[in-house]
Amino acid sequence: MEERFAEGNVRIPAGCAISGFIHRDGRLSDGGAIITSIATMRERSNGLGGGFAGYGIYPEYKDHYALHLFYADKVVKRECESFLEERFDIINLSKIPVRKTPGVVDAPLIWRYFVRALPTRLAESQLDEDEYVSRCTFDINTHMKGAYVFSCGKNMGAFKAVGYPEDVGEFYRLDEYKAYSWIAHGRYPTNTPGWWGGAHPFCLLDMAVVHNGEISSYDANRRNMEMFGYKCNLQTDTEVITYIFDYLVRKRGLTLKEACAVIAAPFWHKIERMPEEERARAEYLRRNFSGLLITGPFSVILGYKGGLLAINDRLKLRSMVVGEYKNTTYIASEECAIRAVAPVLDRLYAPEGGEAVIAEVMR
Amino acid sequence: MNARARAEFEILKDRERCCDCGLCAKQCANGVYSVTKEGGWRIADEKCVNCQRCVEMCPTGALKVIKNRNAPRSDGNWHLQAVREIYKQAETGGVLLSSMGNQSDMPAYFDRIAVNASQVTNPPIDPLREPMETRVYLGAQNREVKRDANGQIKPEGGALRLEVPVMFSAMSYGSISYNAHAALARAARELGTYYNTGEGGLHRDFYEYGANTIVQVASGRFGVHKDYLNAGAAIEIKMGQGAKPGIGGHLPGEKTVGDIALTRMIPPGSDAISPAPHHDIYSIEDLRQLVDSLKEATGHAKPVFVKVAAVHNIAAIAGGIARSGADVIVLDGWRGGTGAAPTRIRDNVGIPVELALASVDSRLRAEGIRNRVSLVAGGSIRNSADMVKAIALGADAVYIGTAALIALGCHVCRSCHGGKCNWGIATQQPELVARLDVEEGVRRLVNLVTAWKHEMEEMMGGMGINAIEALRGNRLMLRGLGLSSRELDILGIMHAGE
Repeated sequence: MEERFAEGNVRIPAGCAISGFIHRDGRLSDGGAIITSIATMRERSNGLGGGFAGYGIYPEYKDHYALHLFYADKVVKRECESFLEERFDIINLSKIPVRKTPGVVDAPLIWRYFVRALPTRLAESQLDEDEYVSRCTFDINTHMKGAYVFSCGKNMGAFKAVGYPEDVGEFYRLDEYKAYSWIAHGRYPTNTPGWWGGAHPFCLLDMAVVHNGEISSYDANRRNMEMFGYKCNLQTDTEVITYIFDYLVRKRGLTLKEACAVIAAPFWHKIERMPEEERARAEYLRRNFSGLLITGPFSVILGYKGGLLAINDRLKLRSMVVGEYKNTTYIASEECAIRAVAPVLDRLYAPEGGEAVIAEVMR
Repeated sequence: MNARARAEFEILKDRERCCDCGLCAKQCANGVYSVTKEGGWRIADEKCVNCQRCVEMCPTGALKVIKNRNAPRSDGNWHLQAVREIYKQAETGGVLLSSMGNQSDMPAYFDRIAVNASQVTNPPIDPLREPMETRVYLGAQNREVKRDANGQIKPEGGALRLEVPVMFSAMSYGSISYNAHAALARAARELGTYYNTGEGGLHRDFYEYGANTIVQVASGRFGVHKDYLNAGAAIEIKMGQGAKPGIGGHLPGEKTVGDIALTRMIPPGSDAISPAPHHDIYSIEDLRQLVDSLKEATGHAKPVFVKVAAVHNIAAIAGGIARSGADVIVLDGWRGGTGAAPTRIRDNVGIPVELALASVDSRLRAEGIRNRVSLVAGGSIRNSADMVKAIALGADAVYIGTAALIALGCHVCRSCHGGKCNWGIATQQPELVARLDVEEGVRRLVNLVTAWKHEMEEMMGGMGINAIEALRGNRLMLRGLGLSSRELDILGIMHAGE
């Protein structure tokens, strides 16, 4: 395919399926169930992208950032590794183990590094460690052609590829990982993405986002985020949505609920009807971060340390349902994806547009 | 000499339809119609400005004003207008004066930009079924979030709330009539938006509309005092105007009569001359001091606008203003209107607002300071599509002047500087002012803005956008048609088909 039509050089809209669950009691389960769940919605993907993220999968390295990288070739791998060595203390590195699967072809080199920032470099940068890792990630993804960091959080990791999600799960041997929460994505891009970076989840630090929709506010959001130093290299909605959450929560100190009141702000007529103090706060959030309102259809599952957040656009233009059984909360584009792994549920409901659903591991 | 050749229009009076009622003569303040000793009609074509007043008022429809069929010879180089202007200057020795905006046929970039719509991959939204939000707040955004002891957010910082992203731009009491101001003020209140006093002060009768008024402080400082500053919802410092960048203004003594002199706080009959610069602002740090002074005078309760003409270095200038403590930058393009401007300045100085707006928005973002200010574009916004495109290029809201006057009955005869506006808008002659019915004017202004709002909602819905903030700076929603790479680059948009 011509380079100029590759993902990152053009904007590729996509339809999708999303699924996720979290064991609120902190119990761990392997990747089998999430694969079953997302595979149920095969109709909603077209084989051009699938992916997963699991939380709690690296307990032995839980204080280290787990960097997952795609490399186009060995040359860029050497370049990138010397970049990493200069900036990080790498305590473990390996190929990410894969299983040959007919549905997943043309794999790049896929490597994993467990790292901490080098103390001297960190002190010199005058940044906190999260920001340091985030900037190094942007540096690689923006400037190092052929190298791409697709996951960089602690005790979590993303696994993604071009293919149907169930094949991608098989390829990455997800049955060998145990997590307290899993999210998954099956992609239906309108054009051939060309490479694996554009598949979901999209990750930054501990956040991983899977998303179904095509947001109409994209360029307004992108231009705002680029002003704050984020580089939208992929031109995808998921990328910009992840950055908005990262910015509002990590950099501006909003709670997840408050961040949701920015991106899927209540309509003005609803704000007017709120009790006075709540009204003033809602109006302030909307007006102070007006460039980060997201319009157009979206359903999003955001994974973070210890929790899952699900949210729809204000008009609920994409399907999304939530189910609960005992201590597990399930979220999916369609009910069938939940029933496939939890046939009996205590509760099943469709959250309203703009209603944030948060499920967290009990402490 | 040359009076006949100078006449731009000729008047056709249908003798069979004419009932000799004489209304045309009564209606024409320019003295086109008179009765000869013999009792016949004498028509002075050369005095006609084609304001259409007589045509509209004639009870039998006996009048037509057409382009003068008699004209001196012209060619592709010596256009008729150029020849006529030389006749005029050879006779008077004066600077040519014009009213309203630049009328040249240079490209209006708005006309070469196409708007997007949703198909298949995401749905268009129907404004008749779903909420469509057009409310805008002007002022700094992305302020630091502060919390109280319970961890709740403390909402801080004021902002100017507009229910529609359109305001009426600065036109002074003096350049336009009392009735025109009354109509603008009341329409602004009804629409939940703002009108602007211009630099003529605020008539005491209009203090009651203060919550929908932007009070202007210009280089002449006419009518500026503490109560005036506190009367409005916001203050605008006028540094320049798109129709005449780099020069001041001049309201002749014959217009500074009665309430106008009182409102401007100058002796009746004296010329009101606004200097080209503010004599306390010779540099950007001086502007900052004026912004601070105005904020001090109003207890830091009012947002301060700074209005500048779109000129070559506008991006850097806007950067300076954004760092001056101002809350809103107003960019006035070279097609912006005026009550009077030297023709050569109006038609040759400044740049189109589309390019200025795009380059300012891009530069402020590149410097990370776009959130410190809001951007308002004017000069000239002619319809809702221009407004939608301006917002997608990066404006928070737009100003309309000429469009508002046309709604009030202006027929764009471009003779405001003559002071004999037959429609009661750009005149101070009481019998002419009385022709402008305020009630009717309010209704027509509200209709215009409401119609634009509906059209904008339809276009937004088509794009799948249901809140105006998601359109602001959303340049992916625009494509250029027949523009060069350089122009597209400055506008920050792709060409249609890309």
